[in-house]
Amino acid sequence: MGIEEKLPSGILLTTVEQVAGFVRKTSMWPATFGLACCAIEMMSVGGPHYDLARFGMEKFGATPRQADLMIVAGRVSQKMAPVLRQIYDQMPGPKWVIAMGVCASSGGMFNNYAIVQGVDHVVPVDIYLPGCPPRPEMLLHAVMKLHDNVQHEKLGAHRDREIEELDQRQLRTLPLIERPEGAQR
Amino acid sequence: MSTNEHEGKPNLNSEENAPARRGEERLTSPVRGTGLFGAQTTGDTSGYGGLVVRGTAPLGSERPYTDPDDPHTAFFDDVADKIEASLGATDVGYGDAVERVVVDRGEITFHVRREALLTLARRLRDDEALRFELCIGVTGVHYPSDTGRELHAVYEFRSITHNRKIRLEVACPDADPHIPSIVSAYPTNDWHEREAWDFFGIVFDGHPALTRIQMPDDWHGHPQRKDYPLGGIPVEYRGAKIPPPDERRSYA
Amino acid sequence: MSTAPTEDYIDASGGDWDQVVEAAQKSSAERLVVNMGPQHPSTHGVLRLILTLDGESVTEARVGIGYLHTGIEKNMEYRTWTQGSTFVTRMDYLTPLFNETAYCLAVEKLLGITDSIPERASVIRVLMMELNRMSSHFVAMATFGMELGATTIMTNGFREREMVLDIFEHITGLRMNHAYVRPGGVSQDLPASAIPKIKELLVEMPKRIKVMRKLLDENPIYLARTRNVAHLNLAGCMALGLTGPLVRASGLAWDLRKAQPYCGYEDYDFDIPVSDGGDVYARYRVRVAEIEQSLRIVQQCMDRLQAGPVMVEDAKIAWPARLAIGPDGLGNSPDHIAHIMGGSMEALIHHFKIVTEGFRVPAGQAYAAVESAKGELGCYAVSDGGPRPYRTHFRDPSFVHLQAVAAMCEGGSVADVVAAVASIDPVMGGVDR
Repeated sequence: MGIEEKLPSGILLTTVEQVAGFVRKTSMWPATFGLACCAIEMMSVGGPHYDLARFGMEKFGATPRQADLMIVAGRVSQKMAPVLRQIYDQMPGPKWVIAMGVCASSGGMFNNYAIVQGVDHVVPVDIYLPGCPPRPEMLLHAVMKLHDNVQHEKLGAHRDREIEELDQRQLRTLPLIERPEGAQR
Repeated sequence: MSTNEHEGKPNLNSEENAPARRGEERLTSPVRGTGLFGAQTTGDTSGYGGLVVRGTAPLGSERPYTDPDDPHTAFFDDVADKIEASLGATDVGYGDAVERVVVDRGEITFHVRREALLTLARRLRDDEALRFELCIGVTGVHYPSDTGRELHAVYEFRSITHNRKIRLEVACPDADPHIPSIVSAYPTNDWHEREAWDFFGIVFDGHPALTRIQMPDDWHGHPQRKDYPLGGIPVEYRGAKIPPPDERRSYA
Repeated sequence: MSTAPTEDYIDASGGDWDQVVEAAQKSSAERLVVNMGPQHPSTHGVLRLILTLDGESVTEARVGIGYLHTGIEKNMEYRTWTQGSTFVTRMDYLTPLFNETAYCLAVEKLLGITDSIPERASVIRVLMMELNRMSSHFVAMATFGMELGATTIMTNGFREREMVLDIFEHITGLRMNHAYVRPGGVSQDLPASAIPKIKELLVEMPKRIKVMRKLLDENPIYLARTRNVAHLNLAGCMALGLTGPLVRASGLAWDLRKAQPYCGYEDYDFDIPVSDGGDVYARYRVRVAEIEQSLRIVQQCMDRLQAGPVMVEDAKIAWPARLAIGPDGLGNSPDHIAHIMGGSMEALIHHFKIVTEGFRVPAGQAYAAVESAKGELGCYAVSDGGPRPYRTHFRDPSFVHLQAVAAMCEGGSVADVVAAVASIDPVMGGVDR
């Protein structure tokens, strides 16, 4: 009763990229990186009410060696930053990072000597999730967005070209204040 | 920031500082502090409200410390008597140990000379009449304008037996930031003293291992002192820059 | 970081793994130094434990903290007294309402308005704090279960906590980090629909607690992991300055709500649960019993709620606006905006000044303490007479309690370290601030 029966001769056409993306997104294992308030909401997401197991992601890895998603949940202090980087380096590629909450995204309200102003100073971030702390539903939304990105991620030379294009586009982008339509947005 | 001028001055020997008259005294004391945009009056440029800031905390209180109208102060005279009696049994006299006593807002603060701190702490713990079993901890406060007494260490003690709480305040100059450690009497102060060292640079002599606790080991400076900047960075929002909180226009 | 061969231990606390292994093979030492954390599933938050092991037993346990130091105390010096509430709520993020109340009690003491806080505001504070105590204890038990590998306890605990969080969200608008208690009272009144929700909780929660008790109280596996583990007697508790459930599990009925009542706790009828076990199991029993007592207090709060203001009357301190939900979320009520923008110039000036500049607090210092879910949570605040705190310091119970890890773990087995730390229930946001 699978989708194959509806197709002629049981053939399903797709691309290698789509297959790899599908496999990657459906077997994503997060590494625990609970730091502060957001970590509690992250744990709630793993709990029965929000049930991250629906996405096959309930196995919060104890070890970074068996994880491919790092959810940085909370403020990253100057003392924690080297540890965070070490754990990120220990994760095997391909790997993704969600910066959960404003503190991880930009330092948030703690613009001071102790807090790294955004975890993207330390590791590359795929999804920025605002909120202080974000609701569990918002984390689920971020996870689904990431799944979407992973599904459509290109491979090999295509990926290199995509990165180059994105870089160029970002370099050409004006700050909102200098854009003619920026004021309305 | 306005200054804290009352610290470091000798005791006032007038009975106007008795706690019973404190409220009245504050109402009649001169207006202090500058207001919005540096106003020298009440700081109330709107004329809407009579917002007035009066007085400072008392410089020192005279006996009786107990205010009959305030039940929180009921034990103050008693505890001062007991400390005096208890210190009499040691080689440190009460007058040498306690510089002055401040009764304010239903709390009693003993300003203690640092040389006498450890002796006093031991008496507070061991004397049956005092029995302050629990040290709530120590924290630093930095008063840069209080010349010669820039760094204060503030200790809170709680007696479970008698259900009392007192505060000790010890000052030391920035040039010689040494205060004896009381970890030998109150082991719970171990981390509190490390934290006060980390944030304020107060050296607690006799501490078993005075190392940084909150900041990384190789950090420079003591971040919660007033001469240490907040350390924020300007935030860019839609291309416009907003300075960090300590560099914005201030109303104080 | 390889170990010099003259020393009789193997240092596996960091560095290049190949070098560690090489050093270990060369050495004939029996003792092993390992590093737990700062990021590890079985530690409570970003806590670092440096353990010296002799086989399975721990000969030395050291605790490293500071991995979540946020500089909240310093940041508050650049914000108004009212904004301070927003910062303190993020310290110990499992007991936000206790942080806010301790801070507000200290500010109110400095302002000298302790006695003029409206009755209704105090009752709401007590109500919220007791609900918070329940949610915090549920997380304590849940994470304890998770760290021992008992996932059922974890899922149950978080499910029960959701009930409390629903009420919080209904009242304050947020699940965590509420900034609900403000100097002078609380930010807004209870919505009418909150009462039935709390009543529902009062009916439902005792059943849930019964389930929890049935699952754990006599569970032989749980008993084996908790009985006589991480024992600490009363003398040790006192020397290390422990308070809260830890000292009550060692036989001393010390509770600030009874000893030094605040927010009108003297008028409530409740018991202080005590156990003289002094071990992990006793701490669990005390926590469960405290949840039951909290339910009693919440019930009494419901009876004591009388109509009235929830903010001090003094317009120089109270927030000028009432909040209301508009099409773009929670904000100043339309009535208030109409008043200041169209009705009264003075009201507009007043609103502007109190919101931007804040109120001034007479110079002096004050210490206020509350019995948080973890122990004595104290706030020491210094004012120089300005509209911002000169210095605030929080005496967080978790900070003090973590010092007891060495006393609880040394001599025990390495598996019990996890149980010991979890039974302390430290929250690193509070420890490091």
